Amino acid sequence: MHEYSLVEALVRRVEEEAARRGATAIHAVRVSLGELSGVDAELFRTAWETFRAGTGCARAELALAPVAAAWSCTACGAAIPRGAVLRCAGCGAPGRLSERADALLLESIEMEVP
Amino acid sequence: MCTTCGCGDAELVPVELHEKILAGNDRTAAHNRAHFREAGVLALNLMGSPGSGKTAVLEATAGLFPGLALGAVSADLATDHDARRLERAGIPSRAITTGQACHLDAEMVHRSLHGFPWQALDLFFIENVGNLVCPAIYDLGQEANVVALSVTEGEDKPLKYPVMFQKADLVLLTKADLLPHLDVEVDRIRDALARVLPEPQVLLLSARTGAGMEAWKGWIEARRARVPAKLRLPLAGHVHRG
Ligand SMILES: Nc1nc2c(ncn2[C@@H]2O[C@H](COP(=O)(O)OP(=O)(O)OP(=O)(O)O)[C@@H](O)[C@H]2O)c(=O)[nH]1
Ligand SMILES: [Mg+2]
Ligand SMILES: [Zn+2]
Ligand SMILES: [Zn+2]
Ligand SMILES: [Zn+2]
Ligand SMILES: [Zn+2]
Repeated sequence: MHEYSLVEALVRRVEEEAARRGATAIHAVRVSLGELSGVDAELFRTAWETFRAGTGCARAELALAPVAAAWSCTACGAAIPRGAVLRCAGCGAPGRLSERADALLLESIEMEVP
Repeated sequence: MCTTCGCGDAELVPVELHEKILAGNDRTAAHNRAHFREAGVLALNLMGSPGSGKTAVLEATAGLFPGLALGAVSADLATDHDARRLERAGIPSRAITTGQACHLDAEMVHRSLHGFPWQALDLFFIENVGNLVCPAIYDLGQEANVVALSVTEGEDKPLKYPVMFQKADLVLLTKADLLPHLDVEVDRIRDALARVLPEPQVLLLSARTGAGMEAWKGWIEARRARVPAKLRLPLAGHVHRG
Protein backbone atom coordinates (compact mmCIF):
# COMPACT_ATOMS: atom_id res chain seq x y z
CA MET A 1 0.00 0.00 0.00
CA HIS A 2 2.42 2.65 -1.19
CA GLU A 3 -0.52 5.07 -1.52
CA TYR A 4 -0.07 5.94 2.17
CA SER A 5 3.55 6.92 1.79
CA LEU A 6 2.67 8.93 -1.32
CA VAL A 7 -0.10 10.78 0.52
CA GLU A 8 2.26 11.43 3.38
CA ALA A 9 4.81 12.95 1.00
CA LEU A 10 2.03 15.01 -0.61
CA VAL A 11 0.68 16.37 2.67
CA ARG A 12 4.18 17.25 3.93
CA ARG A 13 4.95 19.07 0.69
CA VAL A 14 1.67 21.00 0.76
CA GLU A 15 2.22 21.99 4.40
CA GLU A 16 5.73 23.14 3.59
CA GLU A 17 4.56 25.29 0.71
CA ALA A 18 1.71 26.75 2.79
CA ALA A 19 4.10 27.61 5.63
CA ARG A 20 6.56 29.21 3.23
CA ARG A 21 3.84 31.50 1.94
CA GLY A 22 2.32 32.16 5.35
CA ALA A 23 -1.02 30.63 4.33
CA THR A 24 -3.81 30.67 6.87
CA ALA A 25 -5.83 27.92 5.20
CA ILE A 26 -5.51 25.35 2.44
CA HIS A 27 -8.63 24.97 0.36
CA ALA A 28 -7.75 22.55 -2.39
CA VAL A 29 -4.96 20.30 -3.56
CA ARG A 30 -4.91 19.37 -7.24
CA VAL A 31 -3.19 16.17 -8.26
CA SER A 32 -2.99 14.51 -11.65
CA LEU A 33 -2.81 10.77 -11.66
CA GLY A 34 -1.47 9.02 -14.74
CA GLU A 35 -3.02 5.75 -15.85
CA LEU A 36 0.47 4.20 -15.77
CA SER A 37 1.63 5.93 -12.58
CA GLY A 38 1.18 2.74 -10.60
CA VAL A 39 -1.21 4.50 -8.23
CA ASP A 40 -4.77 3.43 -7.64
CA ALA A 41 -7.14 6.42 -7.45
CA GLU A 42 -9.48 4.81 -4.90
CA LEU A 43 -6.64 3.73 -2.61
CA PHE A 44 -5.07 7.16 -2.94
CA ARG A 45 -8.32 8.85 -1.94
CA THR A 46 -8.80 6.49 1.00
CA ALA A 47 -5.24 7.14 2.14
CA TRP A 48 -5.87 10.89 1.84
CA GLU A 49 -9.02 10.72 3.95
CA THR A 50 -7.20 8.73 6.63
CA PHE A 51 -3.96 10.62 6.70
CA ARG A 52 -5.00 14.26 6.42
CA ALA A 53 -6.81 14.41 9.79
CA GLY A 54 -4.82 16.63 12.11
CA THR A 55 -2.61 17.96 9.31
CA GLY A 56 -2.65 21.27 7.47
CA CYS A 57 -4.73 19.52 4.81
CA ALA A 58 -7.52 18.51 7.20
CA ARG A 59 -10.03 20.81 5.52
CA ALA A 60 -8.65 20.78 1.99
CA GLU A 61 -10.41 19.23 -0.95
CA LEU A 62 -8.44 16.71 -2.99
CA ALA A 63 -9.05 17.13 -6.71
CA LEU A 64 -7.74 14.06 -8.53
CA ALA A 65 -7.52 14.40 -12.30
CA PRO A 66 -6.97 11.16 -14.19
CA VAL A 67 -4.57 11.25 -17.15
CA ALA A 68 -5.18 8.51 -19.72
CA ALA A 69 -2.30 6.70 -21.37
CA ALA A 70 -2.03 7.09 -25.14
CA TRP A 71 0.72 5.83 -27.44
CA SER A 72 1.80 7.36 -30.72
CA CYS A 73 4.54 6.75 -33.27
CA THR A 74 7.89 8.41 -32.51
CA ALA A 75 8.52 8.91 -36.24
CA CYS A 76 5.23 9.88 -37.89
CA GLY A 77 3.05 10.66 -34.89
CA ALA A 78 0.26 8.27 -35.85
CA ALA A 79 -1.83 7.05 -32.91
CA ILE A 80 -1.32 3.45 -31.80
CA PRO A 81 -4.60 1.83 -30.73
CA ARG A 82 -5.03 0.74 -27.11
CA GLY A 83 -3.94 -2.83 -26.53
CA ALA A 84 -2.02 -3.04 -29.80
CA VAL A 85 1.65 -3.89 -30.20
CA LEU A 86 3.46 -0.59 -29.50
CA ARG A 87 4.92 -0.19 -32.98
CA CYS A 88 3.55 2.01 -35.71
CA ALA A 89 1.48 -0.02 -38.17
CA GLY A 90 2.45 2.45 -40.89
CA CYS A 91 6.21 2.97 -40.54
CA GLY A 92 7.28 0.39 -37.97
CA ALA A 93 8.88 2.87 -35.56
CA PRO A 94 8.46 2.32 -31.80
CA GLY A 95 5.71 4.08 -29.88
CA ARG A 96 6.02 6.86 -27.34
CA LEU A 97 3.84 7.29 -24.25
CA SER A 98 1.84 10.47 -23.90
CA GLU A 99 3.07 13.03 -21.43
CA ARG A 100 2.20 12.72 -17.75
CA ALA A 101 0.59 9.28 -18.32
CA ASP A 102 3.15 7.63 -16.05
CA ALA A 103 3.38 10.40 -13.48
CA LEU A 104 1.79 11.39 -10.20
CA LEU A 105 1.95 15.17 -10.01
CA LEU A 106 1.10 17.80 -7.48
CA GLU A 107 -0.26 20.38 -9.93
CA SER A 108 -1.39 23.20 -7.70
CA ILE A 109 -2.61 24.22 -4.27
CA GLU A 110 -5.30 26.74 -3.48
CA MET A 111 -4.46 28.50 -0.26
CA GLU A 112 -5.51 31.57 1.64
CA VAL A 113 -2.84 34.12 2.33
CA PRO A 114 -3.41 37.19 4.51
CA MET B 1 -11.61 38.31 0.21
CA CYS B 2 -11.83 34.57 -0.06
CA THR B 3 -14.34 33.65 -2.73
CA THR B 4 -14.86 30.12 -1.47
CA CYS B 5 -16.02 30.74 2.05
CA GLY B 6 -16.22 34.51 2.32
CA CYS B 7 -14.03 34.51 5.37
CA GLY B 8 -12.80 38.07 5.42
CA ASP B 9 -9.66 39.71 4.19
CA ALA B 10 -7.53 36.78 3.21
CA GLU B 11 -6.86 36.24 -0.43
CA LEU B 12 -7.32 32.89 -2.13
CA VAL B 13 -4.28 32.21 -4.28
CA PRO B 14 -3.63 29.33 -6.61
CA VAL B 15 -0.03 28.14 -6.29
CA GLU B 16 1.09 26.34 -9.43
CA LEU B 17 3.70 23.66 -8.74
CA HIS B 18 3.45 20.86 -11.35
CA GLU B 19 5.95 18.73 -9.52
CA LYS B 20 6.26 15.01 -8.91
CA ILE B 21 4.94 13.82 -5.58
CA LEU B 22 7.95 11.51 -5.53
CA ALA B 23 10.33 14.44 -6.10
CA GLY B 24 11.96 13.81 -2.72
CA ASN B 25 12.67 10.18 -3.61
CA ASP B 26 13.94 11.24 -7.03
CA ARG B 27 16.42 13.64 -5.42
CA THR B 28 17.81 10.89 -3.20
CA ALA B 29 17.93 8.55 -6.21
CA ALA B 30 19.92 11.14 -8.15
CA HIS B 31 22.29 11.33 -5.18
CA ASN B 32 22.73 7.53 -5.20
CA ARG B 33 23.25 7.58 -8.96
CA ALA B 34 25.94 10.21 -8.62
CA HIS B 35 27.71 8.01 -6.04
CA PHE B 36 27.54 4.95 -8.28
CA ARG B 37 28.81 6.81 -11.32
CA GLU B 38 31.52 8.53 -9.36
CA ALA B 39 32.78 5.14 -8.22
CA GLY B 40 32.29 3.47 -11.62
CA VAL B 41 29.77 0.98 -10.23
CA LEU B 42 27.05 -0.48 -12.47
CA ALA B 43 23.93 -0.63 -10.28
CA LEU B 44 21.04 -2.82 -11.41
CA ASN B 45 17.58 -2.89 -9.84
CA LEU B 46 16.21 -6.43 -10.00
CA MET B 47 12.44 -6.66 -9.64
CA GLY B 48 9.75 -9.29 -10.15
CA SER B 49 7.00 -11.26 -8.39
CA PRO B 50 7.73 -13.16 -5.20
CA GLY B 51 9.52 -16.34 -6.20
CA SER B 52 10.15 -15.32 -9.80
CA GLY B 53 13.77 -16.41 -9.41
CA LYS B 54 15.57 -13.14 -8.64
CA THR B 55 17.94 -14.56 -6.04
CA ALA B 56 18.54 -17.70 -8.12
CA VAL B 57 19.60 -15.61 -11.13
CA LEU B 58 22.06 -13.69 -8.95
CA GLU B 59 23.43 -16.93 -7.48
CA ALA B 60 24.02 -18.17 -11.01
CA THR B 61 25.59 -14.82 -11.95
CA ALA B 62 28.23 -15.11 -9.23
CA GLY B 63 30.55 -17.26 -11.34
CA LEU B 64 30.13 -15.37 -14.61
CA PHE B 65 32.57 -12.53 -13.88
CA PRO B 66 35.79 -13.89 -12.42
CA GLY B 67 37.61 -10.59 -12.94
CA LEU B 68 34.98 -8.30 -11.42
CA ALA B 69 33.88 -7.44 -7.90
CA LEU B 70 30.19 -8.15 -7.35
CA GLY B 71 27.99 -7.08 -4.46
CA ALA B 72 24.30 -7.01 -3.62
CA VAL B 73 21.69 -5.71 -1.27
CA SER B 74 18.56 -7.76 -0.95
CA ALA B 75 15.20 -6.55 0.27
CA ASP B 76 13.45 -8.90 2.60
CA LEU B 77 10.34 -8.29 4.66
CA ALA B 78 11.61 -10.00 7.77
CA THR B 79 14.56 -12.29 7.15
CA ASP B 80 18.04 -12.14 5.64
CA HIS B 81 17.70 -15.45 3.77
CA ASP B 82 18.38 -14.00 0.34
CA ALA B 83 21.46 -12.06 1.45
CA ARG B 84 22.79 -15.24 3.09
CA ARG B 85 22.13 -17.26 -0.07
CA LEU B 86 24.04 -14.68 -2.10
CA GLU B 87 26.93 -14.69 0.38
CA ARG B 88 27.14 -18.48 0.07
CA ALA B 89 27.20 -18.10 -3.71
CA GLY B 90 30.17 -15.75 -3.37
CA ILE B 91 28.50 -12.33 -3.66
CA PRO B 92 29.10 -10.06 -0.64
CA SER B 93 25.59 -9.01 0.37
CA ARG B 94 23.51 -7.16 2.90
CA ALA B 95 19.86 -7.54 3.72
CA ILE B 96 17.62 -4.49 3.70
CA THR B 97 14.86 -5.40 6.10
CA THR B 98 11.80 -3.59 4.82
CA GLY B 99 9.29 -4.65 7.47
CA GLN B 100 5.87 -3.62 6.20
CA ALA B 101 7.15 -1.71 3.19
CA CYS B 102 6.28 -3.39 -0.09
CA HIS B 103 9.07 -1.74 -2.09
CA LEU B 104 12.51 -0.24 -1.74
CA ASP B 105 12.93 3.50 -1.93
CA ALA B 106 16.04 5.53 -2.63
CA GLU B 107 16.56 6.39 1.04
CA MET B 108 16.64 2.69 2.08
CA VAL B 109 19.23 2.02 -0.61
CA HIS B 110 21.27 5.01 0.49
CA ARG B 111 21.26 3.85 4.10
CA SER B 112 22.29 0.36 3.03
CA LEU B 113 25.39 1.82 1.39
CA HIS B 114 26.65 3.13 4.71
CA GLY B 115 27.50 -0.27 6.09
CA PHE B 116 28.79 -1.76 2.87
CA PRO B 117 32.03 -1.38 0.88
CA TRP B 118 30.21 -0.66 -2.35
CA GLN B 119 32.81 1.74 -3.81
CA ALA B 120 35.13 -1.12 -4.61
CA LEU B 121 32.47 -2.94 -6.65
CA ASP B 122 32.08 -3.24 -10.40
CA LEU B 123 28.55 -4.66 -10.31
CA PHE B 124 26.02 -3.82 -7.64
CA PHE B 125 22.72 -5.68 -7.64
CA ILE B 126 19.72 -4.38 -5.77
CA GLU B 127 17.22 -7.20 -5.30
CA ASN B 128 13.92 -5.43 -4.73
CA VAL B 129 10.90 -6.69 -2.79
CA GLY B 130 9.03 -9.44 -4.63
CA ASN B 131 6.11 -7.36 -5.90
CA LEU B 132 4.92 -6.48 -9.40
CA VAL B 133 3.29 -3.21 -8.46
CA CYS B 134 5.01 -0.45 -6.54
CA PRO B 135 8.76 -1.12 -6.75
CA ALA B 136 8.52 0.13 -10.34
CA ILE B 137 7.58 3.65 -9.33
CA TYR B 138 10.55 4.28 -7.01
CA ASP B 139 13.78 5.30 -8.67
CA LEU B 140 16.68 3.98 -6.60
CA GLY B 141 19.58 5.46 -8.56
CA GLN B 142 20.10 2.33 -10.63
CA GLU B 143 21.56 2.39 -14.12
CA ALA B 144 18.93 -0.07 -15.39
CA ASN B 145 15.85 -2.01 -14.33
CA VAL B 146 15.80 -5.77 -14.80
CA VAL B 147 12.49 -7.58 -14.31
CA ALA B 148 12.44 -11.33 -13.68
CA LEU B 149 9.33 -13.08 -15.00
CA SER B 150 9.26 -16.82 -14.60
CA VAL B 151 7.71 -18.88 -17.37
CA THR B 152 5.39 -20.41 -14.76
CA GLU B 153 3.67 -17.08 -14.08
CA GLY B 154 1.33 -16.99 -17.05
CA GLU B 155 1.51 -15.36 -20.44
CA ASP B 156 -0.60 -12.33 -19.58
CA LYS B 157 1.41 -11.04 -16.60
CA PRO B 158 2.78 -8.07 -18.61
CA LEU B 159 -0.75 -7.01 -19.56
CA LYS B 160 -1.89 -7.22 -15.93
CA TYR B 161 1.10 -5.28 -14.57
CA PRO B 162 1.95 -2.82 -17.35
CA VAL B 163 3.53 -0.29 -15.00
CA MET B 164 6.23 -2.71 -13.94
CA PHE B 165 7.00 -4.07 -17.39
CA GLN B 166 6.96 -0.65 -19.00
CA LYS B 167 9.89 0.28 -16.75
CA ALA B 168 11.94 -2.79 -17.70
CA ASP B 169 15.20 -2.18 -19.55
CA LEU B 170 15.50 -5.96 -19.65
CA VAL B 171 13.04 -8.78 -18.96
CA LEU B 172 14.52 -12.07 -17.85
CA LEU B 173 12.21 -14.99 -18.61
CA THR B 174 13.39 -17.30 -15.86
CA LYS B 175 13.06 -21.03 -15.14
CA ALA B 176 13.27 -21.91 -18.85
CA ASP B 177 14.10 -25.49 -17.85
CA LEU B 178 10.45 -25.90 -16.81
CA LEU B 179 9.06 -25.11 -20.27
CA PRO B 180 8.74 -28.77 -21.35
CA HIS B 181 6.41 -29.34 -18.40
CA LEU B 182 4.16 -26.36 -19.05
CA ASP B 183 1.53 -25.22 -21.53
CA VAL B 184 3.26 -21.90 -21.98
CA GLU B 185 4.28 -20.35 -25.28
CA VAL B 186 7.22 -18.01 -24.98
CA ASP B 187 6.07 -16.14 -28.09
CA ARG B 188 2.85 -15.21 -26.34
CA ILE B 189 4.82 -13.74 -23.45
CA ARG B 190 6.91 -11.76 -25.94
CA ASP B 191 3.73 -10.57 -27.65
CA ALA B 192 2.24 -9.40 -24.33
CA LEU B 193 5.45 -7.51 -23.56
CA ALA B 194 5.36 -5.80 -26.95
CA ARG B 195 1.93 -4.40 -26.00
CA VAL B 196 3.18 -2.68 -22.85
CA LEU B 197 6.61 -1.45 -23.92
CA PRO B 198 7.74 -0.38 -27.38
CA GLU B 199 11.11 -2.09 -27.54
CA PRO B 200 11.17 -5.02 -25.14
CA GLN B 201 14.52 -6.63 -24.51
CA VAL B 202 13.96 -10.21 -23.46
CA LEU B 203 16.31 -13.02 -22.46
CA LEU B 204 15.16 -16.57 -21.80
CA LEU B 205 17.29 -18.30 -19.21
CA SER B 206 17.50 -20.91 -16.51
CA ALA B 207 19.44 -20.44 -13.30
CA ARG B 208 19.05 -24.18 -12.78
CA THR B 209 20.72 -25.39 -16.00
CA GLY B 210 22.70 -22.27 -16.90
CA ALA B 211 20.97 -21.98 -20.28
CA GLY B 212 20.89 -18.38 -21.47
CA MET B 213 23.33 -17.13 -18.84
CA GLU B 214 25.92 -16.19 -21.45
CA ALA B 215 23.46 -13.77 -23.08
CA TRP B 216 22.73 -12.23 -19.66
CA LYS B 217 26.46 -11.86 -19.11
CA GLY B 218 26.74 -10.17 -22.50
CA TRP B 219 23.94 -7.76 -21.66
CA ILE B 220 25.64 -6.78 -18.37
CA GLU B 221 28.97 -6.27 -20.15
CA ALA B 222 27.33 -4.03 -22.74
CA ARG B 223 25.69 -1.94 -19.98
CA ARG B 224 28.96 -1.75 -18.11
CA ALA B 225 30.72 -0.41 -21.17
CA ARG B 226 28.24 2.49 -21.13
CA VAL B 227 28.96 3.51 -17.53
CA PRO B 228 31.59 6.23 -17.50
CA ALA B 229 34.49 4.81 -15.52
CA LYS B 230 35.22 6.62 -12.27
CA LEU B 231 33.41 9.80 -13.12
CA ARG B 232 34.20 12.71 -10.86
CA LEU B 233 30.89 14.27 -10.04
CA PRO B 234 31.02 17.04 -7.47
CA LEU B 235 29.13 15.89 -4.39
CA ALA B 236 30.15 18.82 -2.24
CA GLY B 237 32.73 17.03 -0.20
CA HIS B 238 30.20 14.39 0.74
CA VAL B 239 31.95 11.09 1.34
CA HIS B 240 30.61 7.70 2.35
CA ARG B 241 33.00 5.11 3.64
CA GLY B 242 32.29 1.40 3.60
N1 LIG C 1 13.26 -25.18 -12.05
C1 LIG C 1 13.79 -24.00 -11.70
N2 LIG C 1 13.46 -23.47 -10.50
C2 LIG C 1 13.99 -22.28 -10.17
C3 LIG C 1 14.83 -21.55 -11.06
N3 LIG C 1 15.17 -20.40 -10.46
C4 LIG C 1 14.55 -20.37 -9.27
N4 LIG C 1 13.83 -21.52 -9.09
C5 LIG C 1 13.04 -21.88 -7.91
O1 LIG C 1 12.04 -20.90 -7.68
C6 LIG C 1 11.89 -20.65 -6.28
C7 LIG C 1 12.06 -19.17 -6.00
O2 LIG C 1 13.38 -18.78 -6.37
P1 LIG C 1 14.07 -17.49 -5.73
O3 LIG C 1 15.37 -17.32 -6.41
O4 LIG C 1 14.08 -17.62 -4.25
O5 LIG C 1 13.05 -16.36 -6.16
P2 LIG C 1 13.00 -14.82 -5.72
O6 LIG C 1 12.40 -14.08 -6.84
O7 LIG C 1 14.34 -14.39 -5.24
O8 LIG C 1 12.00 -14.88 -4.49
P3 LIG C 1 11.67 -13.71 -3.41
O9 LIG C 1 12.96 -12.98 -3.12
O10 LIG C 1 11.15 -14.45 -2.23
O11 LIG C 1 10.64 -12.84 -4.04
C8 LIG C 1 12.92 -21.51 -5.59
O12 LIG C 1 12.28 -22.68 -5.12
C9 LIG C 1 13.91 -21.85 -6.66
O13 LIG C 1 14.54 -23.07 -6.48
C10 LIG C 1 15.17 -22.17 -12.32
O14 LIG C 1 15.90 -21.63 -13.16
N5 LIG C 1 14.59 -23.36 -12.58
MG1 LIG D 1 14.87 -13.44 -3.46
ZN1 LIG E 1 4.84 5.87 -37.77
ZN1 LIG F 1 5.18 -0.41 -2.03
ZN1 LIG G 1 24.72 8.92 3.27
ZN1 LIG H 1 25.60 10.15 -0.11
